[in-house]
Amino acid sequence: MSKTISLILDVWRQPGPGKPGRLVRYTVNGVSPEMSFLEMLDQLNEDLTKKGEDPVAFDSDCREGICGTCGLVINGVAHGPKAACTTCELRMRAFRDGDIITIEPFRAKAFPIVKDLVVDRGAFDRIIASGGYVSMNAGSAPEANSLPVGKDMAERAMDAAVCIGCGACVAACPNASASLFVSAKISQLAHLPQGQPERWRRVKNMVERMDLEGFGDCSNHGECEAVCPKEISIMNIAQMRRDWVKAVLQD
Amino acid sequence: MTIATESRALDSRIPSGPIETKWEQHKFDIKLVAPANKRKFTVIVVGTGLAGGSAAASLGELGYNVLNFCVQDSPRRAHSVAAQGGINAAKNYQNDGDSVYRLFYDTVKGGDFRAREANVYRLAELSVNIIDQCVAQGVPFAREYGGTLANRSFGGAQVSRTFYARGQTGQQLLLGAYSSLMRQVDAGRVKMFERREMLDLVMVDGHARGIVARNLVNGEIESYAGDAVVLCTGGYTTVFFLSTNAVNSNATAIWRCHKRGAFFANPCYTQIHPTCIPQVGTGQSKLTLMSESLRNDGRVWVPKNKGDKRRPADIPEEDRDYYLERRYPAFGNLVPRDIASRAAKLVCDEGYGVGPTGFAVYLDFKDAIQRLGAAVVRERYGNLFHMYEEIIGDDPYHSPMMIYPAPHYAMGGLWVDYNLMSNVPGLHVLGEANFSDHGANRLGASALMQGLADGYFVIPYTLGHYLASNKLAPVSTSHDAFKEAVAGVKAQTEKLLSIKGKTTVKDFWWRLGRIMWDNVGMARTRDSLTRAISEIRTLREEFWADVNVSGIAADFNKTLEFAGRVADYLELGELLAVDALHREESCGGHFREEYQTSDGEALRNDEKFTYVAAWEYAGDPGKAALHKEPLTFENIKIAQRSYK
Repeated sequence: MSKTISLILDVWRQPGPGKPGRLVRYTVNGVSPEMSFLEMLDQLNEDLTKKGEDPVAFDSDCREGICGTCGLVINGVAHGPKAACTTCELRMRAFRDGDIITIEPFRAKAFPIVKDLVVDRGAFDRIIASGGYVSMNAGSAPEANSLPVGKDMAERAMDAAVCIGCGACVAACPNASASLFVSAKISQLAHLPQGQPERWRRVKNMVERMDLEGFGDCSNHGECEAVCPKEISIMNIAQMRRDWVKAVLQD
Repeated sequence: MTIATESRALDSRIPSGPIETKWEQHKFDIKLVAPANKRKFTVIVVGTGLAGGSAAASLGELGYNVLNFCVQDSPRRAHSVAAQGGINAAKNYQNDGDSVYRLFYDTVKGGDFRAREANVYRLAELSVNIIDQCVAQGVPFAREYGGTLANRSFGGAQVSRTFYARGQTGQQLLLGAYSSLMRQVDAGRVKMFERREMLDLVMVDGHARGIVARNLVNGEIESYAGDAVVLCTGGYTTVFFLSTNAVNSNATAIWRCHKRGAFFANPCYTQIHPTCIPQVGTGQSKLTLMSESLRNDGRVWVPKNKGDKRRPADIPEEDRDYYLERRYPAFGNLVPRDIASRAAKLVCDEGYGVGPTGFAVYLDFKDAIQRLGAAVVRERYGNLFHMYEEIIGDDPYHSPMMIYPAPHYAMGGLWVDYNLMSNVPGLHVLGEANFSDHGANRLGASALMQGLADGYFVIPYTLGHYLASNKLAPVSTSHDAFKEAVAGVKAQTEKLLSIKGKTTVKDFWWRLGRIMWDNVGMARTRDSLTRAISEIRTLREEFWADVNVSGIAADFNKTLEFAGRVADYLELGELLAVDALHREESCGGHFREEYQTSDGEALRNDEKFTYVAAWEYAGDPGKAALHKEPLTFENIKIAQRSYK
């Protein structure tokens, strides 16, 4: 077992939506470098529980970087210092003994805070509900190989489809734009033959919904791409804009 | 424990006739609900994974009024999302001899002849429709250059029938089901309830008519009424504390239904997955799976000499023991999971294990990288290698992975008939939450297949039959049964908060996990199981006397959520051990050391144990009553499994 370290944490505490919040300082000892960032917070919560204090609320589920549930802003960066990595994948070997770490939620107008570090990302579901699908009912599908998809196109669709819907792109964007998230779904389906029949309606509806939810517009900062744990390219945003212009001109 | 003989309480409702036409004939024989009448029925679907998401979407498409619940903040995050390697389907695109019959055969044999033939055949039959469905949804499966779908191989099969989307197949299939679900939400046919945990089943006049759920944001206890309940809440291997499951995966919904009368079938059939990242520390919250698909190209080995401390790259070929290839030449590294896991345990117990703890074996890609090039290996497994490197801090392109078995999947679950209905009328159970298709061991890439088959293609038919065959009086949540269930849930919440003990919930869960892993894990004996039962009972008493649950009921309170789940694990764990103790044979994932062949393979006792053990709750897990559903094999000749 490797040597353990101690850390000072400044953690955002907020009892509920719309209530005032503040950073509260905690010390956590006995952190081993192979621990994940969330396991370090688990340890803090065990300590707080034993002391009779309210544990820090944070969201997580799969803890292997695929479900998109976890998401913290660590020292000002969504998902922390490592590229291509979710908060739950981040290991404590990225930190040194005595480091002061500031931990905040994913902040955006469209992501209201539920408690402490937990936010409500329901807006993402509503955007998908506005058109992020192919309209077909179970039972009506044609034979799978009847519609060939070139390997290159399939790979490009997959590059966009890997989005985990964590919302780091929104948290990192100075405008709190959801453009990377929305464009990833639009781009996935735009690259596949199955997505063509509804392509223009989809882009208009999803972009409109994104605006309604209170996300800002994209002004090409590229912060979203930098923090995306799945390294989704902002080229997808260009694709979304092209499709949106074409869709609007068709009207 | 009271032992019943063949139980009249269990009617599997397997249709008569040849296995190839059972489902087709059944679909014709069962009753339908007319299109205009469907909207008059309300169906409660709990869970939004592959089974729940596909069921809710399909029932919405048919016109039912669906209420869909999930414990996560979005239906897209259900733990099916983490399935990596792929999904089986008998398409025979590779022209390598696959067929519906072969997939059926492989699955029954892989399950060590402890699954119901009729269900497995239907699963194999529907597998081809699933691929069509998912492709039509825009799931970006891997493709060949000519544009056709690509396949890979998985354990327990000698054909390539596994469809995949890099190492993220579960994610892509789930997002497909989720997109169909959200389309129904937009259409107003499905109403979605996120961050809700089902805490009780409501029974009216002997039928499942609703649920009680806790709103995890504000702590309110809510109840919902409907005409049927469809439970899709996954498995229970989190009873081992450390498992490959998500931290919110839990057994509470199925356990509370069990306490309301649903029989729990084969709880001892738990799968320990062979290729997981070994445990590295004591603060660890979960174990991470490395997809079985890696065994397509990775070779499993340990040093031939005990305690060989050389770096793996410095150990020459003649000093390596590729023990799976040596012991099972026909299937090699692609033996089924139960066999691969036990083999790893065996070499480590004998002192050949590697890594800091000695409880790990190597999974080596050196030969694959030489043969195919690093680029091809990256294309196939890039995200898995990346995940490994993040966790262990070592690069598997240059030195072999270290892996060790970990609890992963529950073959056991609530008992269901051919229509996927439990013995409680109206309560249907889909996916990993039921027991029906995998026998004593599940083959890789079959869980996704089962979840989607149940949700897209079975429940849309069989639920209609239930609704059309039963005249159900309208009920609302003002019925006394709802009030009684809500009061019960509130009482338990208050009790948990009032104990104010010294030991944390996590500490109890961790200790239960130790008991389970040490005594009810990969190797079980009469002694270890008896010990486990007694230790779990003691721990359960201690829990209810000394648990420390902080905070209040009317709040976002993770500690309270977990306290309720751990209370249930402390009962379920005992039933699991009781079932394992009663089953005096070894089969699949259930290995009793007393029952093995001379070369260490599982030794079944077909004469005595060719049945499904379905347990009825009787006030205490130790007093559960056993009901038996005999298994008959009319198509496949029952034999000792051989992968040599």
